Amino acid sequence: MTATGHSPLAPAAGTSIPPGTRIVVIGGGMTGHRFAARMQAQDPTGDWSLTVIGEETQQPYDRVHLSDWFGHRRAEMLHLATGVWDDPRITLVTGDAAESLDRAAHTVTCASGTVHEYDRLVLATGSWAWAPRAEGKDLPGSFSYRTVEDVESLAAWVAERGERLGRPVSGVVVGGGVLGLEAAAALQGLGAEATVVEFADRLMAVQLDDGGGEMLRLLIEDKGIEVRTGVGATAFRPAEDGAMGTAELTDGSEIPADVVVFSTGIRPRDRIGREAGLAVGERGGIVVGESCQTSDPDIWAIGECASFDGVCAGLIAPGNDMADVVVDRFLGGTRTHQRAEDGTKLKGVGVDAAAFGDVNAMTPDALEVSFVDPVHRQYRKLVMSDDATTLLGGVFVGDISLYSQLRPLTGRALGADPSAVIAPEGGGDALAGAELPDDAVVCSCNNIAAGTIRHAVNEEGCHTVGAIKECTTAGTVCGSCVPTLTKLLNQELAKAGIEVSRALCEHFDHSRAELYKLVEEGGQETFTEVVAAHGTGAGRGCAVCRPTVASILSSLGALTGRRHNPVGRQLGSLQDTNDHVMANIQKDGTYSVIPAMPAGEVTPEKLLVFAQVAKDYGLYVKVNGAQRIGMFGARLEQLPEIWERLVEAGFESGHAYGKSLRMVKSCLGTNWCRYGVGDSTSMAVHLERRYRGLRSPHKIKIGVSGCARECAEAQAKDVGVIATHRGWNLYVGGNGGAQPAHGKLLVEDLDDETLQRCIDRFLILYIREADKLQRTARWVEEYPGGIDELRRVVVEDSLGIGEELEAAMQRHTDTYVDEWAEAVQDPERRAKFVSFINAPDLHDKTLRYVLEREQVRPARPEDDPATTFPTPLAAKEHALAGAAHISQEDQ
Amino acid sequence: MTAPADALVPICPLESLAPERGAAALLPDGTQIAVFLLDDGSVRAVQQHDPYSGANILSRGLVGTHLLAGEGEEPGRIVPTLSSPMYKQSWDLDTGAVLDSGGGEKLPIAVFAAEVRDGVVHVDPAPRPEPAPTPRGGTA
Repeated sequence: MTATGHSPLAPAAGTSIPPGTRIVVIGGGMTGHRFAARMQAQDPTGDWSLTVIGEETQQPYDRVHLSDWFGHRRAEMLHLATGVWDDPRITLVTGDAAESLDRAAHTVTCASGTVHEYDRLVLATGSWAWAPRAEGKDLPGSFSYRTVEDVESLAAWVAERGERLGRPVSGVVVGGGVLGLEAAAALQGLGAEATVVEFADRLMAVQLDDGGGEMLRLLIEDKGIEVRTGVGATAFRPAEDGAMGTAELTDGSEIPADVVVFSTGIRPRDRIGREAGLAVGERGGIVVGESCQTSDPDIWAIGECASFDGVCAGLIAPGNDMADVVVDRFLGGTRTHQRAEDGTKLKGVGVDAAAFGDVNAMTPDALEVSFVDPVHRQYRKLVMSDDATTLLGGVFVGDISLYSQLRPLTGRALGADPSAVIAPEGGGDALAGAELPDDAVVCSCNNIAAGTIRHAVNEEGCHTVGAIKECTTAGTVCGSCVPTLTKLLNQELAKAGIEVSRALCEHFDHSRAELYKLVEEGGQETFTEVVAAHGTGAGRGCAVCRPTVASILSSLGALTGRRHNPVGRQLGSLQDTNDHVMANIQKDGTYSVIPAMPAGEVTPEKLLVFAQVAKDYGLYVKVNGAQRIGMFGARLEQLPEIWERLVEAGFESGHAYGKSLRMVKSCLGTNWCRYGVGDSTSMAVHLERRYRGLRSPHKIKIGVSGCARECAEAQAKDVGVIATHRGWNLYVGGNGGAQPAHGKLLVEDLDDETLQRCIDRFLILYIREADKLQRTARWVEEYPGGIDELRRVVVEDSLGIGEELEAAMQRHTDTYVDEWAEAVQDPERRAKFVSFINAPDLHDKTLRYVLEREQVRPARPEDDPATTFPTPLAAKEHALAGAAHISQEDQ
Repeated sequence: MTAPADALVPICPLESLAPERGAAALLPDGTQIAVFLLDDGSVRAVQQHDPYSGANILSRGLVGTHLLAGEGEEPGRIVPTLSSPMYKQSWDLDTGAVLDSGGGEKLPIAVFAAEVRDGVVHVDPAPRPEPAPTPRGGTA
């Protein structure tokens, strides 16, 4: 390792880049994006230009979550924050590879012939997927697993091959590391059979010890993926049509291989630097020191292409840190790159495995403490210093709940008896009081230490995990540290005596969840009883607590079978006008009428009745976002007569006015769609019938898609269901709205019955535990223990309450009655729908309507009064009559 | 404060009102009002026009209470409240003063004297004088 001239290992003094500096970054991957984003954030007004040259046609995307592509099949959903490309100083070039570098001329030449001049060059070229030599390894049907293009062509190949062969496709993944297992799960998700071939004697050989590898094998095999360890692939033979057909293994066996994915490691892409004469490490990679400068003082290297201490990193965390170091140096700082102790977590496979530190106890005299339970498929091991005080490493398979707490303690005192920590019962309790030191790195992806999180809580006023994420960026990349963030937050708040008040309002000191539990146990059935038993004693409630109590009483009533009509006499005075009159108030005080239309299905006969009603009242008609048709502009006193006609035609309340199930959206599914894999429409109708009318902390939207194309946008719903070749995948906590969130995958490949059971459990937990007006997205995000814990409770029934929850939901379904059908039959209730209590024949004469696109809308102050009408019907009739003069009829 | 007894006009039978819920009504001059029956059996009347949304809807708002802090040594007192069904601003039903403007301008509402006579709700067709814009403000 000899460098010419400048020594890369001597930390360069920080010197700010001069005005007008032209920076060129070769590589449009995650590290290149990080560098650009960081430059922009750290120096928002600086005078420099920055060009990022990317070979891929995609904008920089989240390669860590590449497997998510199979869930949505939309590359743009993986794109990293795109705002950075709006900065006029920053240019992104995509689809053009940098071919050569002329250090003397300070230029980079691309495949297209374009020449980029630089003052400072940053190499962020990343890695390439290496594959072992083997005859036939490049036959059609051979893939890597590294880019969006790779996964797109893999999915297309499996679909096409399956159609051609008329049988399930056999897939072979060469390499049993983290990425190989992800690829195998992806193949399975595509409907292929998957076999993993690993040359080492265990899976995840680099990260796990023997015991962990063995447990992981059992879990992977449980998923129906075949595992072959201790063998390599020596040759690949074509099928009759010349495409990939079989694989020959080192033990002489031959296995079918219609598709092969190589995941056998990565090598740094250092060609461009090597050819330009930059110092290169023994095992490849551009040599850099702790400033990330290369042997050329004008060239820097970051990420997987850079060799630091003789090693090229293969994870995002060091790449991010290196990008941050170079930005700091460009802006005059003296930050240095240090290799932090990293852990590895398996993801995207549906099996939990994670490890950090000295997993094989290589430290002299290190002690290993382990817990092995092959029945429940759990393996936990801690590696401790010889005096059993300092934590050196850990391996977790099957249950990784301790991983995020323990990893930051690597090299530090554990502060508890290691065997108590990994014991099957109450393991985490042994660590309950333990505190992370300020400099312990909690989020290794973004290198955020515990002290930074504490500062955010105590000084910046971040009192939710979401606020901490926003303020510090911790937990925003892989998310594995979120449980630790939650714990730190709670510890800090408790220490500071900051009680984040979850009290509903001045009338109740309890949070909604607490009040729900109290009322459930206390059995109160009216607001008066609830406020007497649990209130602060100061009055009769308000616009916050009254609807909340109404929602709790309705939910409990339905789930216990002691059903109260949620809008009936008993709860009527607690409800917002929408719930009270079972319609949504519009800006002029009139209401909408939106009947249920499960899965968006409607017969022409019913549609005719709907149309006739809308016509008779002159109402505005629009299809809303929930696959339903609404009519707008009905006055309070018109609602019962409108609904009477709709109920008679077979329509039911759509609860568009309630904090309850709003809709189950679906695509066409197998009945009509030529791509459908599952009958999404029937499932949507089934789910809507089961959950309709159930009162909840906030509205609930469900989506069901019949295949991975996801036309129903189920992943943006509170509950998302997507058909697979083997059943249904269930997502939870998705949201559109102001704070969009992607649903998180809860469980895969469910049959109809199990799907319903999981949704039952999930929804009731949400109803029990969420805060007032908290959508599932935020509730899932803040669920203690994260999605993993939620999965244990909902899918694995770790609390043993599954049956109880399902029975409760069954009571709701059994006792459901249509609120509007009931109301139109009840003269006493109908009498409440009155314009003026002392003049029921008159109506609000200040209402005014104008015509727009042949329909009505409320008049605005700037509308010419001569063009307005007192009722929608008058306006419509005028339009139909084509009258030349505008008549001003009035009451 | 109470209007001369003969000025009040009958509106509706008390039994036609639901407890802690409102009803819209018309005064003889066509003014729209909102009438409320409270938990203690007393009645209130305010303007039906919501000054924030411009719609005639206040009868459809939620009734509740609020503990008004007392000045200095004075004990606080609980007042009946109304919140708008449109954007949730709230008012003191006794005075029409804004209790929660949702961060916006404070727009009070007119209050009409109301009482129950022989089971019939009566309302004064003339509103009470407007409340002072701030608690420590000058004379209304």
